[in-house]
Amino acid sequence: MFDNEVLVNDVPPLGSAPRSAVIVKDLRKEFRKKRKLGKPARRSIALHDVSFTIARGECVAILGQNGSGKSTLIRLLSTLLLNDGGSATVFGYDVFSETKPVRRLVNRVSVEASFFKKMSAGENLSYAARFYGMTARITRREIPEILAKVGFPADRRNEAMENLSRGMQQKVALARALLTSPVLLLLDEPTTGLDPRSKLEVQDFIREVRKEHDATILLCTHDLAEAEVLSDRIGILDAGRLLVLEPAEDLKRRYNAQTLEEAFFAATGKEFEHEEEADVDE
Amino acid sequence: MSRAPAATLRAELIGLTGVVERNLYLTKRYFLWEVAFFFWTVANTLTIVFIAKGVEASGGQIDVNRQATILLVGGVIWSFLGIIFEILTETVAWERWEGTIEYTFMAPLSRIVHLGGMGVFAVLYGVIRSALLFGVIAFFFDLEMPSADFVSALVVLGVASISFIGLGMMTAVLPLISPEKGSQLGFIGQGMLLVVSGIYYPVDVLPAAMQWLAKISPATYALDGIRNAILEGDGLSKMGDEILPLAIIGLVSIPAGMLVFRWGERYAKRHGKLKRSG
Repeated sequence: MFDNEVLVNDVPPLGSAPRSAVIVKDLRKEFRKKRKLGKPARRSIALHDVSFTIARGECVAILGQNGSGKSTLIRLLSTLLLNDGGSATVFGYDVFSETKPVRRLVNRVSVEASFFKKMSAGENLSYAARFYGMTARITRREIPEILAKVGFPADRRNEAMENLSRGMQQKVALARALLTSPVLLLLDEPTTGLDPRSKLEVQDFIREVRKEHDATILLCTHDLAEAEVLSDRIGILDAGRLLVLEPAEDLKRRYNAQTLEEAFFAATGKEFEHEEEADVDE
Repeated sequence: MSRAPAATLRAELIGLTGVVERNLYLTKRYFLWEVAFFFWTVANTLTIVFIAKGVEASGGQIDVNRQATILLVGGVIWSFLGIIFEILTETVAWERWEGTIEYTFMAPLSRIVHLGGMGVFAVLYGVIRSALLFGVIAFFFDLEMPSADFVSALVVLGVASISFIGLGMMTAVLPLISPEKGSQLGFIGQGMLLVVSGIYYPVDVLPAAMQWLAKISPATYALDGIRNAILEGDGLSKMGDEILPLAIIGLVSIPAGMLVFRWGERYAKRHGKLKRSG
């Protein structure tokens, strides 16, 4: 279903792609915050020399409080921000200087579904797919298939997005990301605000995508259980610093904790913010 | 052409159709807004064209038919220019408001194709709307244009559109670097063109400095060319003085527009402004 006819000749075939999907080395990002007239702008460091790698096909979850730098990390890897130091590569391509091949390999689902609200799910997916080189002939076949796969009712395909529930919108967001067959999927709190049933459906779908389509996943989440069941390794990001990145069991063992929440507290000295308190950082 | 560049070109052209397709969906979904906006433009243009009749009614000696046509061409071109600027400025502003900006800017679509797609839609939409506007007002005043060469007028408009798109690209960057005030700043550029280009009066009446600005405004040549085609029936063979400067401004303004937009995009990426509102 994902075998679209996108002609991506400047992207390496997956077989010859590097073993590491993502290599982040000493990545640094700071923002300048305006102050009153005459006073110099205040610098705020969002990411502090962060380093990690993600192997091809791996799912890595990043936990962190609001403002810890999770969204900044995702936006850097999405080519939406420029770094202030360090480097990042996606399948061997430099994220900051080789944006085009990186963009062909990456897609993203964020906490806000983000669609043209007057347009329907079908229309939103259709034009977005064109940006990835997919023709009308392909999308006519694939959009209904992928919407059915994420559990979106066929009879609501032409309804304006603004009339859909948050859960429905998030399913369309997932469909939009997967329609372009990304080999690296960046998920920024994809289930935040969803009802438990929608949350489970989205999580099942993420699992399936990973299993069937060899996708590499970077997941930023406020849901500890979600991080534990979906990911191979879990990282803790605190005030822009990546404190640790290892399998959940190793993490608990390292901090002598029974649960991930206890491990998070031990690592950061801060209580973990659950979903209802969550917000997007930066 | 070898396979890789051909494939890339194909993907880019498909992307360009995506930009046009999206705008068509939006026009369809906001159709009543479009109707209301068109009525507003008709009313606005009517008030300007009525000036010709007003001058005669207050004792002025003018050829009302000719003067009304001059004002009508000015009104229609002004509305056309407004559409191009508005649609290109929305490249960023509307997407930021809807929240789709991050998804569009992280798609593997060249910025020239992205902005070009917006420009292509703006020109298509603007030409249809301007033709309707021209027809409605001309019918209302029962204007006679016996020697009008509409094909030449359309060609001049087409060549001028390249420059308008280039200028639009420059204004499109404003909401990118200033999310709160950018769109409003775009009106300054648009207003400058209105004053110096002779939309409703000959540029000779302007002070010397403003006449110099008129020389580098594509709207000046577009208005001259279209008025000559409609009033005098000038064909393309007589349009060298208008088409050549328009072509030169077009050739300069598109790369300049891209350069400005690239700089703005880089600035936005550096300062974290390439994101949705709120």
